[in-house]
Amino acid sequence: MKAKTSLSEFPILTLQEVTKRFGGVGALEQVSFTVDHGKIVGLIGPNGAGKTTLFNCITGLSAPDSGFIYFGDSQASLAHLYPYQVTVNGIARTFQTIRLFKNMTALENIMVGAHSKARAGLWGALFRPEWVKLEQKKLRDHAHQLLAFFGLSSRANELAGNLSYGHQRKLEIARALASDPKLLLLDEPAAGMNPKEKEELLDLIRAIRERGVTILLIEHDMKVVMLVSEHVIVLDYGKKIAEGSPKKIQNDPRVIEAYLGKDFKK
Amino acid sequence: MKFKQAVLNKLVPFLFTVVIFIFPLVDRNPYHIDVMVSAGIFVLLALGLNVIVGNAGILNLGYAAFFAVGAYTYALVNLHWHIPFWIGLWISALTGTIFGMLLAFPALRLGGDYLAIVTLGAGEIVRIALNNLDTITGGPNGLLGIDHPSLLIPKYQFGVKSEPYYFLVLFLILGFIFVLRRLESSRLGLAWNALREDELAASCMGINTAWAKLSAFAVGGFIAGVAGCVFAGKQGTISPDSFDFVVSVMVLAMVVLGGLGSIRGVILGALILSLLPEFLRRFEIYRMFLFGLAMILMMLFRPQGILGEVHHREEFKKRNKSR
Repeated sequence: MKAKTSLSEFPILTLQEVTKRFGGVGALEQVSFTVDHGKIVGLIGPNGAGKTTLFNCITGLSAPDSGFIYFGDSQASLAHLYPYQVTVNGIARTFQTIRLFKNMTALENIMVGAHSKARAGLWGALFRPEWVKLEQKKLRDHAHQLLAFFGLSSRANELAGNLSYGHQRKLEIARALASDPKLLLLDEPAAGMNPKEKEELLDLIRAIRERGVTILLIEHDMKVVMLVSEHVIVLDYGKKIAEGSPKKIQNDPRVIEAYLGKDFKK
Repeated sequence: MKFKQAVLNKLVPFLFTVVIFIFPLVDRNPYHIDVMVSAGIFVLLALGLNVIVGNAGILNLGYAAFFAVGAYTYALVNLHWHIPFWIGLWISALTGTIFGMLLAFPALRLGGDYLAIVTLGAGEIVRIALNNLDTITGGPNGLLGIDHPSLLIPKYQFGVKSEPYYFLVLFLILGFIFVLRRLESSRLGLAWNALREDELAASCMGINTAWAKLSAFAVGGFIAGVAGCVFAGKQGTISPDSFDFVVSVMVLAMVVLGGLGSIRGVILGALILSLLPEFLRRFEIYRMFLFGLAMILMMLFRPQGILGEVHHREEFKKRNKSR
């Protein structure tokens, strides 16, 4: 019997029977799983399996029809919070298609990402007391550190829209990290990258985990998922059909069926 | 190159301000100064609308209503309770802010074209209400006999002269430039820009988009309220005609012409569009034609506005290419 449960013994994310329907189509059907602290967890499934919908439900972009989403040891479900409240709680995300603020510089993008860490409002901006100046400086320094971590220092004052594709992908992850999340959701971070960039990305993801951030990632590239994840969850037609270690998943008949069809013989 | 940049950024606006300051001392023609005062009121309006359209990226086609609220507020509190101009200025700013925030509520749910229609409708509703609430607003005849501003120490009546209003408006503009520059570079300013670029992504960055929209409308409403009060105090009489849909469109054109999101650009745009008709007076019958032509050429060759950042243009080009 355990005498005491420390914070890290709670799963960082718990989904309980999350269901989301669009009209008659069930995008998510009673999906339940947990994500453990400090892990890199892969979320895979064929197109239209409901992976992005699941991300949207976690981050508050769409509310699940039923079910609960718990973050850490909190007793309150995230399911009906606004997106910004979810971010304040400590969950950050990137998007499948890049959604940077194109006409703002790389540095500004990251400073916006750190929005929830500061508190200067209208009055702070107007009267600019000492603490606001300090806060602004801190945000700026923090943003520069993040740019350096992602190797984007030389691009700090370039407009995000003018960066190369690979850099934009990186900047998006940097922007999400700026809010100091405990859990980072990456939606197909390797999409459109060449093998070398993918390798860099894997190193980055591992380095982010070293900073104490738990990562849940959607990825289509099986190689990437199997290489980097310690735990894999498989969705198909909105249902969780399998989960386990990458090795176990690769040999799971249901997963093979979902990807390759029933008649596929090994 | 760096030196040139510094000259452009600091010296030119400084010299421009100096010229504007000594203008009424050199040019003694009261008509010219009067035109400059109305141009100045439009500069105030353009600065206010720029917060909503340029910074936060919310299209507002009913800004004249904000202006009207400010003007009628001062007119009513002055006529009924003899509240002096300087206090009326604050009350107008307050009602402008409240009106702006009320109109922001539909903005929380709508976006883009739909919101533009709502703001357009709100603008028309205000004008029609002013036209028909005869017992309160005097209907189409408007309100007469509004007190002009006056100073207690030294004792001075603004009256119907133009110079005092010129300096009043000038100081208000300088004050708002100072405030708006602070806002732009603040956390709130960044949040507004993020909202303009991508609302969904902004909300995922921890920005309370509802508050960001509300505060943009509040700041825009505040400035329009002040502008309306000055307008009422200067004219001494106001009627719904002055708050037509055309005014909303003109102010929007000023913001777009000068450069969305650029304080300097917006001021320049407002000055050009309010002074140009005066210079084109000689070609009276062609005036609107030339005006329209200028706008079309502008949109073709410099869609980001005169002083708008170049990247808006790049963006525009890319979008055209991909089609």
